[in-house]
Amino acid sequence: MTPGTLSGRAKPVGRPPMTWWERSYLPAILSGMWITFRHFFRRKVTIRYPEQERPRSPVYRGLHVLKRDEQGAERCTACGLCAVACPAEAITMEAGERQPGDERLYREEKYAVSYDINMLRCIFCGFCEEACPKQAIYLTDRILPAAQKRRDFIWGKDRLLERPDSRIDVDTRHGYAKGDEA
Amino acid sequence: MNEWVLFLVHKSVLIMVFFAVTLGVAAYATLAERKFAAFFQDRIGPDRAGKFGLLQPLADGVKFFFKEDFIPQQADRFLFVLGPALSMATACMSGAVIPWAADWVGDGIRIPMQIADLPMGVLVVFGVVSLGVYGIMIGGWASNNKYSVLSAIRASSQMVSYELAMGLSLIALVMTAGTMSIREIVLQQHTVWFVWLQPLGFLIFMICSFAEANRTPFDLPECETELIGGYHTEYSSMKLGFYLFAEYINMFVASTVMATLFFGGYQIPFLSMIPNPWVTLVSLMVLFTKIFFFMFVFIWVRWTVPRFRYDQLMHLGWVVLLPLSILNLAITAVMVVLT
Repeated sequence: MTPGTLSGRAKPVGRPPMTWWERSYLPAILSGMWITFRHFFRRKVTIRYPEQERPRSPVYRGLHVLKRDEQGAERCTACGLCAVACPAEAITMEAGERQPGDERLYREEKYAVSYDINMLRCIFCGFCEEACPKQAIYLTDRILPAAQKRRDFIWGKDRLLERPDSRIDVDTRHGYAKGDEA
Repeated sequence: MNEWVLFLVHKSVLIMVFFAVTLGVAAYATLAERKFAAFFQDRIGPDRAGKFGLLQPLADGVKFFFKEDFIPQQADRFLFVLGPALSMATACMSGAVIPWAADWVGDGIRIPMQIADLPMGVLVVFGVVSLGVYGIMIGGWASNNKYSVLSAIRASSQMVSYELAMGLSLIALVMTAGTMSIREIVLQQHTVWFVWLQPLGFLIFMICSFAEANRTPFDLPECETELIGGYHTEYSSMKLGFYLFAEYINMFVASTVMATLFFGGYQIPFLSMIPNPWVTLVSLMVLFTKIFFFMFVFIWVRWTVPRFRYDQLMHLGWVVLLPLSILNLAITAVMVVLT
């Protein structure tokens, strides 16, 4: 047992003076160069982003979408439950009463005149999706695009709402995250 | 009369080709540096400008030209402009005495692939290489910036310290060869490369070349952590481009000198078996293969070895390399006398 230790497993670590060969730096430099040389031929880790994307989990929560129903009317009724559920307070909306003749545009009598998500505040937790009683908001597998200005990160209905002619499929991750769509 | 015209045309063409090749190699050395740096770090490097990023040097050049060309108010305007120009000029000069390929023989004329075959070629290379520090010194001084001046002081003291060891290793080489003409030195290496006769001399020369070309681990003049950008802190636009470019030309020249003096220049063992018109081309390619190998080593070392501390640099120069080169000189002298 090494004196002065409790367990007896301590190993004395000295720093012996370097030999002249070590002091010439050459062995250290050569072994270092051998290491970098091996890295030269190693598989590269770079992902060329716009062309390639990092593989993502099937339940990845990305950019939001405001869904329409089968007839193409907006599902959102501006109840504000998503904004209440949002821990980052990223959602603001303004409610309005549906006018006669707009039944094909909005499913319920009340609808969202404006609906904004501040993407710089959003933490993509998906609580809005869970809170929504009308299956109106979903997080999709799309990635939030970059922008130059802060105000460009505030997404309104013009960009959040899906277009009737190009629906956005939320089933890919919906199957994992939630039950069935109403 | 006719002979003079031929002479002038021959030399002018050689000089122009030499300049074009030097600048081209230096431009693509910047790309190679970035690409290889990426490879050493498991990345892929620039690949947006052209296929594999092959147009990147062009994009860099365009960027440099369109940047604001700024001269500080307190700077010495004349010297400020002279610095990068001198740096570039001295970097391009020493290639004049290098024999780039075997002589072209045909139709009773013999055309050497060398701009100037001076009897004191080794001295010229040595002198021009040491002139390179003037660009850095003048630029650093004219900037009127304390970091630039510190960097200029470092550059000059480093140059002085490593030039001694470099000169002594060159003297040993000249003693082995018995001549100072670079053409003769290359011709003598058709059997044995001088690196086998002067291994220690080559090691010293190589280390000193790294120091003279201001390459890592001896790039203290542009040590960012201590000196911002060093001597080119105040430079912008193409003046900065000239400084950065001159570094790569210096690297090319240092590689050429190492390949020529120690690794047989354009010589390879079976060169004499190649028929006459082709021997020039083959030998040119041989020399450039050697040069590119050394440039790769320059880049390889840069992305492996960290920068020396200033006291380590001085210790290595004066306490290690200088005695070693004197020892090498003594051994060479004894060997020359005995054989």
